[in-house]
Amino acid sequence: MSAGTLDTTLAEARIGVITFPGTLDDRDAARAVRLAGGEPVSLFHADGDLQGVDAVVLPGGFSYGDYLRAGAISRFAPAMDALVDAAKGGMPVLGICNGFQVLTEAHLLPGSMIKNEHLHFICREQVLSVENAGTAWTNRYEQGQHITIPLKNQDGQFVADEHTLDELEGEGRVAFRYVGWNPNGSRRDIAGITNAAGNVVGLMPHPEHAVEAGFGPDGPEGPRSGTDGLGFFTSVLASLVHA
Amino acid sequence: MGRVVVEVMPKPEILDPQGKAVVGALPRLGFTQFTGARQGKRFELEVDGEVTAEILADARKAAETLLSNPIIEDVVRVADASSETAEVPAR
Repeated sequence: MSAGTLDTTLAEARIGVITFPGTLDDRDAARAVRLAGGEPVSLFHADGDLQGVDAVVLPGGFSYGDYLRAGAISRFAPAMDALVDAAKGGMPVLGICNGFQVLTEAHLLPGSMIKNEHLHFICREQVLSVENAGTAWTNRYEQGQHITIPLKNQDGQFVADEHTLDELEGEGRVAFRYVGWNPNGSRRDIAGITNAAGNVVGLMPHPEHAVEAGFGPDGPEGPRSGTDGLGFFTSVLASLVHA
Repeated sequence: MGRVVVEVMPKPEILDPQGKAVVGALPRLGFTQFTGARQGKRFELEVDGEVTAEILADARKAAETLLSNPIIEDVVRVADASSETAEVPAR
Protein backbone atom coordinates (compact mmCIF):
# COMPACT_ATOMS: atom_id res chain seq x y z
CA MET A 1 0.00 0.00 0.00
CA SER A 2 1.23 3.48 -0.74
CA ALA A 3 1.95 5.81 2.13
CA GLY A 4 1.44 8.79 -0.15
CA THR A 5 -0.95 11.70 0.19
CA LEU A 6 -4.62 10.82 0.42
CA ASP A 7 -7.21 12.39 -1.80
CA THR A 8 -8.79 15.74 -1.07
CA THR A 9 -11.84 14.40 0.78
CA LEU A 10 -9.70 14.39 3.94
CA ALA A 11 -8.56 17.98 3.69
CA GLU A 12 -10.93 19.13 6.42
CA ALA A 13 -9.33 16.93 9.09
CA ARG A 14 -7.76 19.22 11.70
CA ILE A 15 -4.72 17.87 13.54
CA GLY A 16 -3.52 19.80 16.59
CA VAL A 17 0.17 20.13 17.45
CA ILE A 18 0.87 21.18 21.04
CA THR A 19 3.82 23.48 21.72
CA PHE A 20 5.39 23.38 25.19
CA PRO A 21 8.26 25.60 26.40
CA GLY A 22 11.29 23.84 24.89
CA THR A 23 9.44 21.97 22.14
CA LEU A 24 11.59 21.79 18.98
CA ASP A 25 9.73 19.84 16.34
CA ASP A 26 6.25 21.41 16.35
CA ARG A 27 6.80 23.12 12.98
CA ASP A 28 8.01 19.87 11.43
CA ALA A 29 4.99 17.99 12.79
CA ALA A 30 2.63 20.65 11.42
CA ARG A 31 4.39 20.44 8.06
CA ALA A 32 4.02 16.65 8.05
CA VAL A 33 0.28 17.00 8.69
CA ARG A 34 0.00 19.45 5.79
CA LEU A 35 2.00 17.24 3.41
CA ALA A 36 -0.24 14.30 4.28
CA GLY A 37 -3.30 16.33 3.34
CA GLY A 38 -4.58 17.49 6.74
CA GLU A 39 -4.88 20.91 8.31
CA PRO A 40 -2.42 21.51 11.16
CA VAL A 41 -3.68 23.54 14.14
CA SER A 42 -1.18 25.11 16.56
CA LEU A 43 -2.11 24.48 20.19
CA PHE A 44 -0.39 26.01 23.23
CA HIS A 45 0.42 24.15 26.43
CA ALA A 46 -1.10 26.82 28.68
CA ASP A 47 -4.45 26.71 26.88
CA GLY A 48 -6.89 24.05 28.03
CA ASP A 49 -8.96 24.41 24.85
CA LEU A 50 -8.08 21.91 22.11
CA GLN A 51 -10.09 24.00 19.60
CA GLY A 52 -12.14 21.06 18.43
CA VAL A 53 -9.27 19.29 16.63
CA ASP A 54 -9.78 15.72 15.39
CA ALA A 55 -6.40 14.41 16.58
CA VAL A 56 -3.29 15.69 18.36
CA VAL A 57 0.47 15.31 17.89
CA LEU A 58 2.76 15.84 20.88
CA PRO A 59 6.01 16.79 19.14
CA GLY A 60 9.62 16.19 20.08
CA GLY A 61 12.05 18.49 21.82
CA PHE A 62 13.16 19.18 25.37
CA SER A 63 10.10 20.59 27.10
CA TYR A 64 11.13 22.40 30.29
CA GLY A 65 14.72 21.44 29.47
CA ASP A 66 13.98 17.84 30.47
CA TYR A 67 14.21 19.16 34.07
CA LEU A 68 13.08 16.72 36.76
CA ARG A 69 12.37 13.97 34.20
CA ALA A 70 11.74 14.22 30.45
CA GLY A 71 8.07 15.18 30.01
CA ALA A 72 7.37 15.32 33.76
CA ILE A 73 6.45 18.99 34.01
CA SER A 74 4.64 19.21 30.65
CA ARG A 75 2.35 16.44 31.77
CA PHE A 76 0.61 18.89 34.14
CA ALA A 77 -0.04 21.60 31.49
CA PRO A 78 -3.68 22.71 31.04
CA ALA A 79 -3.63 21.41 27.45
CA MET A 80 -2.68 17.98 28.78
CA ASP A 81 -5.72 17.81 31.10
CA ALA A 82 -7.93 18.33 28.05
CA LEU A 83 -5.84 15.91 26.01
CA VAL A 84 -6.03 13.09 28.56
CA ASP A 85 -9.84 13.33 28.59
CA ALA A 86 -10.01 13.44 24.79
CA ALA A 87 -7.63 10.49 24.43
CA LYS A 88 -9.69 8.42 26.83
CA GLY A 89 -12.69 9.30 24.64
CA GLY A 90 -10.93 7.81 21.61
CA MET A 91 -9.28 10.82 19.96
CA PRO A 92 -6.09 9.82 18.11
CA VAL A 93 -2.93 11.07 19.88
CA LEU A 94 0.64 10.58 18.66
CA GLY A 95 3.60 11.26 20.96
CA ILE A 96 6.95 11.59 19.23
CA CYS A 97 10.16 11.41 21.31
CA ASN A 98 9.58 14.00 24.07
CA GLY A 99 5.87 13.65 23.25
CA PHE A 100 6.13 9.91 23.97
CA GLN A 101 7.80 10.75 27.29
CA VAL A 102 4.91 13.12 28.09
CA LEU A 103 2.38 10.37 27.30
CA THR A 104 4.07 7.93 29.70
CA GLU A 105 4.30 10.58 32.42
CA ALA A 106 0.56 11.23 31.89
CA HIS A 107 -0.05 7.46 32.21
CA LEU A 108 -1.76 7.30 28.82
CA LEU A 109 0.92 4.78 27.88
CA PRO A 110 2.74 2.37 30.23
CA GLY A 111 6.45 2.25 30.99
CA SER A 112 8.93 5.09 31.01
CA MET A 113 12.09 6.32 29.33
CA ILE A 114 15.45 6.55 31.09
CA LYS A 115 18.86 7.70 29.88
CA ASN A 116 20.31 5.79 26.94
CA GLU A 117 22.29 2.77 28.10
CA HIS A 118 25.50 4.22 26.61
CA LEU A 119 24.72 7.70 28.07
CA HIS A 120 25.30 9.45 24.73
CA PHE A 121 22.92 11.61 22.77
CA ILE A 122 22.31 9.76 19.55
CA CYS A 123 21.22 10.95 16.10
CA ARG A 124 20.91 8.49 13.24
CA GLU A 125 18.67 7.06 10.57
CA GLN A 126 16.96 4.11 12.23
CA VAL A 127 15.21 1.10 10.72
CA LEU A 128 12.02 0.05 12.53
CA SER A 129 9.56 -2.71 11.93
CA VAL A 130 5.86 -1.88 12.16
CA GLU A 131 4.66 -4.48 14.67
CA ASN A 132 1.06 -3.30 14.79
CA ALA A 133 -0.43 -1.93 11.58
CA GLY A 134 -3.88 -1.64 13.11
CA THR A 135 -3.57 1.59 15.10
CA ALA A 136 -4.91 5.03 14.20
CA TRP A 137 -1.36 6.07 13.29
CA THR A 138 -0.10 2.94 11.47
CA ASN A 139 -3.00 1.64 9.36
CA ARG A 140 -1.41 2.75 6.08
CA TYR A 141 1.60 0.48 6.70
CA GLU A 142 1.83 -3.26 6.19
CA GLN A 143 2.23 -5.49 9.22
CA GLY A 144 5.97 -6.13 9.64
CA GLN A 145 6.94 -3.41 7.15
CA HIS A 146 10.43 -1.97 7.64
CA ILE A 147 10.62 1.82 7.65
CA THR A 148 13.59 4.18 8.05
CA ILE A 149 13.13 7.41 10.01
CA PRO A 150 15.48 9.61 12.07
CA LEU A 151 16.15 8.90 15.74
CA LYS A 152 17.62 11.57 18.03
CA ASN A 153 17.49 11.46 21.80
CA GLN A 154 19.34 11.16 25.07
CA ASP A 155 16.63 9.63 27.26
CA GLY A 156 15.37 6.99 24.88
CA GLN A 157 15.72 3.74 26.78
CA PHE A 158 12.20 2.30 27.13
CA VAL A 159 11.75 0.47 30.42
CA ALA A 160 8.82 -1.29 32.09
CA ASP A 161 8.51 -4.21 34.48
CA GLU A 162 8.44 -7.74 33.02
CA HIS A 163 4.71 -8.13 33.67
CA THR A 164 3.91 -4.95 31.71
CA LEU A 165 6.26 -6.00 28.88
CA ASP A 166 4.58 -9.42 28.65
CA GLU A 167 1.19 -7.74 28.61
CA LEU A 168 2.27 -5.34 25.82
CA GLU A 169 3.59 -8.25 23.75
CA GLY A 170 0.56 -10.44 24.42
CA GLU A 171 -1.93 -7.77 23.43
CA GLY A 172 -0.05 -6.72 20.30
CA ARG A 173 0.64 -3.32 21.79
CA VAL A 174 4.29 -3.16 20.75
CA ALA A 175 3.79 -0.84 17.77
CA PHE A 176 7.41 -0.55 16.60
CA ARG A 177 10.64 -2.41 17.21
CA TYR A 178 14.21 -1.41 16.39
CA VAL A 179 15.69 -3.48 13.58
CA GLY A 180 19.39 -4.29 13.19
CA TRP A 181 20.58 -2.46 16.29
CA ASN A 182 19.01 -1.44 19.56
CA PRO A 183 20.24 2.16 19.80
CA ASN A 184 19.49 2.88 23.46
CA GLY A 185 19.07 -0.36 25.42
CA SER A 186 15.25 -0.33 25.24
CA ARG A 187 13.63 -3.44 26.70
CA ARG A 188 12.87 -6.03 24.03
CA ASP A 189 13.98 -3.60 21.28
CA ILE A 190 10.76 -1.62 21.74
CA ALA A 191 10.73 1.68 19.81
CA GLY A 192 7.06 2.52 20.25
CA ILE A 193 3.85 1.28 21.81
CA THR A 194 0.10 1.78 21.58
CA ASN A 195 -2.74 1.79 24.09
CA ALA A 196 -5.28 -1.04 23.96
CA ALA A 197 -7.73 0.97 21.84
CA GLY A 198 -5.05 1.84 19.27
CA ASN A 199 -5.75 5.57 19.30
CA VAL A 200 -2.78 6.60 21.49
CA VAL A 201 0.64 5.79 20.03
CA GLY A 202 4.09 6.87 21.23
CA LEU A 203 7.53 6.28 19.78
CA MET A 204 11.05 7.64 20.20
CA PRO A 205 12.06 8.01 16.51
CA HIS A 206 10.78 10.92 14.41
CA PRO A 207 8.39 10.18 11.52
CA GLU A 208 7.82 13.92 10.95
CA HIS A 209 11.42 14.27 9.73
CA ALA A 210 10.86 11.77 6.90
CA VAL A 211 7.91 13.14 4.96
CA GLU A 212 9.32 14.96 1.95
CA ALA A 213 11.86 13.86 -0.65
CA GLY A 214 15.00 15.98 -0.39
CA PHE A 215 14.76 16.46 3.36
CA GLY A 216 14.45 12.94 4.78
CA PRO A 217 16.77 10.01 5.45
CA ASP A 218 18.53 8.22 2.62
CA GLY A 219 16.15 5.98 0.69
CA PRO A 220 16.02 3.69 -2.31
CA GLU A 221 15.62 6.70 -4.62
CA GLY A 222 18.88 8.23 -3.38
CA PRO A 223 20.24 10.44 -0.60
CA ARG A 224 17.55 12.11 1.53
CA SER A 225 14.77 10.64 -0.57
CA GLY A 226 13.14 8.72 2.29
CA THR A 227 9.53 9.56 3.14
CA ASP A 228 8.69 6.54 5.30
CA GLY A 229 7.30 8.75 8.07
CA LEU A 230 4.47 10.18 6.00
CA GLY A 231 2.36 7.06 6.60
CA PHE A 232 1.79 8.07 10.26
CA PHE A 233 -0.04 11.17 9.13
CA THR A 234 -1.94 9.62 6.23
CA SER A 235 -2.93 6.81 8.61
CA VAL A 236 -4.59 9.14 11.08
CA LEU A 237 -6.43 10.95 8.28
CA ALA A 238 -7.68 7.58 7.02
CA SER A 239 -8.75 6.54 10.52
CA LEU A 240 -10.68 9.78 10.97
CA VAL A 241 -12.56 9.20 7.72
CA HIS A 242 -13.54 5.70 8.80
CA ALA A 243 -14.35 6.70 12.39
CA MET B 1 11.25 29.03 57.56
CA GLY B 2 11.00 25.25 57.47
CA ARG B 3 12.42 22.83 54.96
CA VAL B 4 11.36 19.35 53.88
CA VAL B 5 13.87 16.99 52.31
CA VAL B 6 12.64 14.51 49.71
CA GLU B 7 14.92 11.82 48.34
CA VAL B 8 14.16 9.81 45.21
CA MET B 9 16.14 6.81 43.95
CA PRO B 10 15.89 4.70 40.80
CA LYS B 11 14.09 1.44 41.56
CA PRO B 12 16.51 -1.42 42.34
CA GLU B 13 15.39 -3.40 39.28
CA ILE B 14 15.91 -0.44 36.94
CA LEU B 15 19.42 -0.16 35.54
CA ASP B 16 20.93 3.18 36.46
CA PRO B 17 23.15 4.25 33.54
CA GLN B 18 24.43 7.31 35.41
CA GLY B 19 25.40 5.26 38.46
CA LYS B 20 27.17 2.84 36.17
CA ALA B 21 29.22 5.67 34.66
CA VAL B 22 30.13 6.94 38.14
CA VAL B 23 31.29 3.54 39.37
CA GLY B 24 33.33 3.20 36.19
CA ALA B 25 35.11 6.49 36.87
CA LEU B 26 35.93 5.93 40.56
CA PRO B 27 38.83 3.46 40.03
CA ARG B 28 40.55 5.97 37.76
CA LEU B 29 40.94 8.17 40.87
CA GLY B 30 42.20 5.26 42.95
CA PHE B 31 38.87 4.47 44.62
CA THR B 32 38.90 0.75 43.94
CA GLN B 33 36.87 -0.24 47.01
CA PHE B 34 33.49 0.95 45.64
CA THR B 35 31.86 -1.86 43.69
CA GLY B 36 28.59 -0.15 42.84
CA ALA B 37 26.98 3.30 42.60
CA ARG B 38 23.43 4.46 42.13
CA GLN B 39 22.47 8.07 41.51
CA GLY B 40 19.27 9.58 42.87
CA LYS B 41 17.80 13.01 43.53
CA ARG B 42 17.39 15.17 46.61
CA PHE B 43 14.77 17.93 46.74
CA GLU B 44 14.48 20.64 49.40
CA LEU B 45 10.97 22.07 49.70
CA GLU B 46 10.68 25.31 51.66
CA VAL B 47 7.65 26.42 53.67
CA ASP B 48 6.80 29.47 55.77
CA GLY B 49 6.74 28.43 59.40
CA GLU B 50 7.13 25.03 60.96
CA VAL B 51 7.24 21.67 59.21
CA THR B 52 4.09 20.04 60.57
CA ALA B 53 2.82 16.49 60.09
CA GLU B 54 0.36 17.89 57.55
CA ILE B 55 3.16 19.57 55.60
CA LEU B 56 5.09 16.29 55.58
CA ALA B 57 2.00 14.43 54.30
CA ASP B 58 1.58 17.00 51.50
CA ALA B 59 5.29 16.73 50.69
CA ARG B 60 4.90 12.97 50.34
CA LYS B 61 1.92 13.48 48.01
CA ALA B 62 3.98 15.92 45.90
CA ALA B 63 6.88 13.46 45.94
CA GLU B 64 4.71 10.65 44.63
CA THR B 65 2.90 12.67 41.93
CA LEU B 66 5.47 15.09 40.55
CA LEU B 67 8.91 14.60 42.09
CA SER B 68 9.10 10.90 41.23
CA ASN B 69 7.77 8.58 38.54
CA PRO B 70 6.56 5.38 40.27
CA ILE B 71 7.37 3.33 37.15
CA ILE B 72 11.10 3.91 37.51
CA GLU B 73 11.69 5.54 40.91
CA ASP B 74 10.99 5.15 44.63
CA VAL B 75 10.54 7.94 47.16
CA VAL B 76 12.97 6.73 49.81
CA ARG B 77 12.72 9.60 52.27
CA VAL B 78 10.47 12.52 53.22
CA ALA B 79 11.74 14.33 56.32
CA ASP B 80 11.97 17.62 58.19
CA ALA B 81 15.39 19.05 57.29
CA SER B 82 15.89 20.46 60.79
CA SER B 83 15.86 16.93 62.24
CA GLU B 84 18.75 15.91 60.01
CA THR B 85 22.09 15.34 61.67
CA ALA B 86 25.30 15.42 59.72
CA GLU B 87 26.75 11.93 59.61
CA VAL B 88 30.06 13.06 58.20
CA PRO B 89 31.48 16.31 59.67
CA ALA B 90 32.28 18.90 57.03
CA ARG B 91 35.94 19.77 56.68
